Amino acid sequence: MSMPFYVSPEQVMKDRAEYAQKGIARGKSLISIICTDGVLLAAENPSKSLHKIGEIHDRIAFAGVGKFNEFDQLRVAGIRHADIKGYTYSREDVDARSLANLYAQYLGQVFTHEMKPLEIEVLVAKLGIEDEPSQLFQVSYDGTVVDQEHYVILGGEAQQLHERASEVLLEKLPLDESLPIAVGILQGTERVLTSDDLEVAVLKDKGQRRTFYRYELSQTLDILGR
Amino acid sequence: MTLPIYPIHQDPGPDFFSLLDKYKIADNKERSLGLSSLDASEFRHGTTVLAIKTADGVVVGGDRRATEANRIAYRSMEKVFAADSHSAIAIAGVAGPAVEMVKIFQIQLSHYEKVEGIMLSLEGKANQLGQMLAAHLPLAMQGLVIVPLYAGFDLTKKLGRIFSYDVTGGKYEEFDYATNGSGGRDARSYIKLNYVENMSTNDGIKLALAALAEAADEDSATGGIDLKRKIYPIVATVTSEGFKRLLDSEIEELIEI
Repeated sequence: MSMPFYVSPEQVMKDRAEYAQKGIARGKSLISIICTDGVLLAAENPSKSLHKIGEIHDRIAFAGVGKFNEFDQLRVAGIRHADIKGYTYSREDVDARSLANLYAQYLGQVFTHEMKPLEIEVLVAKLGIEDEPSQLFQVSYDGTVVDQEHYVILGGEAQQLHERASEVLLEKLPLDESLPIAVGILQGTERVLTSDDLEVAVLKDKGQRRTFYRYELSQTLDILGR
Repeated sequence: MTLPIYPIHQDPGPDFFSLLDKYKIADNKERSLGLSSLDASEFRHGTTVLAIKTADGVVVGGDRRATEANRIAYRSMEKVFAADSHSAIAIAGVAGPAVEMVKIFQIQLSHYEKVEGIMLSLEGKANQLGQMLAAHLPLAMQGLVIVPLYAGFDLTKKLGRIFSYDVTGGKYEEFDYATNGSGGRDARSYIKLNYVENMSTNDGIKLALAALAEAADEDSATGGIDLKRKIYPIVATVTSEGFKRLLDSEIEELIEI
């Protein structure tokens, strides 16, 4: 009779976390900044059609890094959740915090119960209205939720990017001034990101119900002054 | 609520209507409502709506009256809605389920757009509405009839298009104008006599207002211009620039009080 190997729970969790982190580190980074006139989301993404950033609801955006199919499934689930909630109650009852918690629940569940953790990190951004401030919720592969008041960095080199960001992101600026800063943080000092490698979207009030706008290439270039 | 993630064979895709089915919200499609003991004409009805094609797109309009049998039930009913950025839906028939259908249709279109990352074609949107009406047929058979008009600007063909429907979900493209509801016949006669091909949007708006006034003049269930309460017909335009509803002040100017 063979005895199953004993592996301590600490070791299991450590191995899973390491596996997820490695997966995420292979991907490119993403930054989201709360600005004075909206929320900016910018990602390094060479693909023009496989988006990392998406619209969830009137005032809520989604962003994900890591394995595309894994976070895209969460993006679609988020849209479903938001639209069902908006239909059942009212559009203004759709709330970013509750969605972030659902993502956390799901990611936590997969992390502890499934063979393979999800190799992703996601962000739920909510555009504030009147006195209510904008919010950013970052959800990690293990289901940890963090809410940030100014900016969030997800993905591969988050640590280095954080260091750069803490030097340049001192106060909230308008969207147009924040974009070049965001691109500077993403590209660092050793390379220049072309607009072909960038995916940019904003949440901004323009007097419409929906506030999510994806920047065209030319728009990004204009703002970057290239 | 948990996160709506489904196994591959049960995934509703970008279809909000079938997603809704999974939640069994307001699911009375299968149920017999036993309406035989009730007269459906007693339910709140929306009355006259119309759509006219112009050189730049379409003009869509509707009066504001809702009736319950021979009584006026509501004076400021909204029957013309933006379905999405480039199309409008106008409803006649039993008001409750009709407004509900509009709400689901609006979410259906934006849901598709968000999930897929691109907008449906106008033809695709029109077909979706037809399918929703077909699914509603069991209730329509019990008297809860909904007959919408759908009109929008086709961004690929670069022209305005109008679709009318029957209760079974049949979709019919109209090439100049369409009307619906109790005052629809009167409005149609008026438009028929005054319609000019490729008219300007402004002329289209005036024709829509005049046709609605004509319908209100002849049909008891169609509301006219209510100067005392400042309730005016709803008129909206859809052009390449998108859906735009006329403000009350703009309508006031056009009706020359």
